[in-house]
Amino acid sequence: MATKVEAISERERGMSEPLKREQYLDLYYYMQLNRQLEERMVRLFRQNKIVGGLYSSLGQEAVSVGTCFALEKRDWIAPMIRNIGALLVKGVPPRDIFTQHMAKYTSPTKGKDGTSHFGDLKVRHIVSPISMLGDLIPVMTGVAMAGRYLGQNIVALTWIGDGGSSTGAFHEGLGLAAAQKAPFVLIVENNQWAYSTPVSRQVPVKNLADRAVAYGIANTIVDGNNVVEVYSATKNAVSECRAGRGPHLIEVKTMRMRGHAQHDPAEYVPKEMFEYWKARDPILLYEKYLTENKIWDEKTKSEIDARIERELDVEQKFAEDSPMPPPEFAEEGVYCDERCHKIEADWKRAKTEVMPPKSSFDPGWKLEDLGRLGEIPTAKEVAGSGGNGAKSNAIPRAGSGLPAQSFVNVPGQRQAPQPAAQAEVAEPVEPRIPFGRGPKDKAFRESPDNPQNKSYGRGAQNKSFRKGSPEKSFNKGGQNKSFAKNPPGKNFSKGPQDKSGRR
Amino acid sequence: MATTAIPKPGAITMVEAIRQAMVEEMERDASVVAIGEDIGVYGGAFKVTDGMLAKFGRERVIETPIAETAIIGAACGMSFLGLRPVCEMQFIDFIACCFNQVTNFVAKSHYLWDAPVPIVIRGPSGGGVHGGPFHSANPEMYFVHTPGLKVIYPSTPSDAKGLLKSAIRDNNPVLFFEHKFLYRRLKEEMPSGDYLVPIGKAAVRREGRALTIISYAAMVHTAMEAAEELAKEGIEAEVIDLRTLLPLDKETILASVKKTNKLLIVHEDTRTGGIAGEIAAIVCENAFEDLDGPIERVTALDTPVPYSPPLEEHFLPNTAKVVAAARNLAKY
Repeated sequence: MATKVEAISERERGMSEPLKREQYLDLYYYMQLNRQLEERMVRLFRQNKIVGGLYSSLGQEAVSVGTCFALEKRDWIAPMIRNIGALLVKGVPPRDIFTQHMAKYTSPTKGKDGTSHFGDLKVRHIVSPISMLGDLIPVMTGVAMAGRYLGQNIVALTWIGDGGSSTGAFHEGLGLAAAQKAPFVLIVENNQWAYSTPVSRQVPVKNLADRAVAYGIANTIVDGNNVVEVYSATKNAVSECRAGRGPHLIEVKTMRMRGHAQHDPAEYVPKEMFEYWKARDPILLYEKYLTENKIWDEKTKSEIDARIERELDVEQKFAEDSPMPPPEFAEEGVYCDERCHKIEADWKRAKTEVMPPKSSFDPGWKLEDLGRLGEIPTAKEVAGSGGNGAKSNAIPRAGSGLPAQSFVNVPGQRQAPQPAAQAEVAEPVEPRIPFGRGPKDKAFRESPDNPQNKSYGRGAQNKSFRKGSPEKSFNKGGQNKSFAKNPPGKNFSKGPQDKSGRR
Repeated sequence: MATTAIPKPGAITMVEAIRQAMVEEMERDASVVAIGEDIGVYGGAFKVTDGMLAKFGRERVIETPIAETAIIGAACGMSFLGLRPVCEMQFIDFIACCFNQVTNFVAKSHYLWDAPVPIVIRGPSGGGVHGGPFHSANPEMYFVHTPGLKVIYPSTPSDAKGLLKSAIRDNNPVLFFEHKFLYRRLKEEMPSGDYLVPIGKAAVRREGRALTIISYAAMVHTAMEAAEELAKEGIEAEVIDLRTLLPLDKETILASVKKTNKLLIVHEDTRTGGIAGEIAAIVCENAFEDLDGPIERVTALDTPVPYSPPLEEHFLPNTAKVVAAARNLAKY
């Protein structure tokens, strides 16, 4: 089938720091390395040399590579399962990915975990993911907060899929990041499918980036198959974060070109959808871009491709020749003791700024801390603005059912704002009288219309009940007093109810 | 075996002892920070962190939204950069909201990818104060069953202080349960200086030869009251306070059982899956020949913690129940 390659977007013309030629070529190198590494792993999987599952990022290479390429060495990432390209950009050698999948003793986790579930705290600043989605968001918020506290001026970045954006951890983490104005970038990798469930069946908003508005944080939507656009959007978000302007959410629209994992043939994906996205393959698009902009020629391309093959041959051989772990190794490493790690924070600010502790701080709330007292925002304001002064992508729109998530709606074709739906004029409704509690209106209280006057009011019966209440014996009465007199530590049978703070 | 007596009344409560431990550690080490809900201006639901915001400022006393998963996740992330966050659960019951972070992220990090998580998760637990089913729980055993965590549950103010300071300095994630019934009912003078109690060491609260009563947290005091009653009948019970549930001090348990030959385990946690079962198994594996009678246990019922005082009192173990079980065991 003839594959039509679409023109790449020219948005990156506005890039604040244009890339050098070597960097343009590096972007290609990492995307192609990512793809070739995974192609090899598919072959290893079919040869039964990969122990567990194999998750493909085919078609999403521009997301992993373009985002991570915008970071500096000191910045922290936490990759998801389809972000092998980000690991490569961070300097992880391909052998680590081969050996992880093959459960070898030479792998970063020495066989204790597989796939891209590994990290590197000291050198590359990578936090390992867990399989439960969303949990990296609060964790990376903490990384960002600690980096700020220590004066390291770092940015923490992680990815989440369209599926993972429905988890509680996603929302709790994003809420805290926003409240803390943490230097945290979240890439929402919208690859259209959460296993077999399309986005439109999970999320009733047109753009996942709209969720950022609810947290009052900045957000951007980019074409996830355009590596230059992904890079430049991330670069912008990272510098905003580093300048202390709070978290940034970037939705990248892309497509998962395989099933959830190797076992899943993805027959539930309409054929047309695969065809559409195949024509927008991120590597094909970028090759065309490099050629059209005369950044490379055929010779350069074949040199890079040959280099990738050479490197992967060596790395794969290392992995295949590596031993499996000794069984007893399973017993090691549950606890960390002084011998295995010396935990020390890397202070980049003067510790004297926090030590000895400042004691002149007045911790009370001031009225000006509490927002706009007496200024009730109008409905119009609410629809259009994020609290942090963040750029908003919110588009007020008629609330008629679920907006269909269309895979052809790529960025650059964003809809113009539509007028908000006409508020329906509500019929005046009789105020409902809550069960057992009427309005504080004497006439009503005494009227026979008051339901309390019918069978279960607070009448004379009630009073007598209160007086003779057996509940009294459990209250904070005499017991309390006698308890107070008792020597502390003696009376454990019954004491005052420690109710303070119960919520 | 050295005896550590139940301390005499005096100086400060458990709430104050815990605050002292946190303040001392934060003064000693700038990498120690506090994070939780309402721990700043308000000083925490039980006032454990009262005054700490004024002393340490907003960078080190971090107030969060009501989002337990975010609290534990953020603390975990901070610890990756070498900080030692102390997280407060407003009530330990709410740790269920961040169960995944604790058991899958925090507990497994070091084993899987060599990343230590030196955080402390502390909060008020336990019943006897009519807090109802969501403010009285003893959820320690979920975490005792999770490799990679340490679980502490002290019974006295000085232990609370010494163990919390040790927990903050530990390189592992430590769950620190604070029995809210004991928060303000005990007073004790703190040992002077930089007082540390080692994690993983039980204390013998009372020596005896007739039987061993093993317990922890508030039930240690119930066991001590029961031991006094039993002594009047000539039954001298040995009382062991576990203090740490994970790792468990098997040596102290086995040494005592080999001496008394009879074992009664008392806990406020529910019966099925409580630590009594684990201790019974350890004793059977290692000291079966030394036993002169069945291993008995007095525990809470296998129900949620009920609210109404008569129901909760029926649910909880008490001195009379412990005395009855011990008397029965002493007959063997």
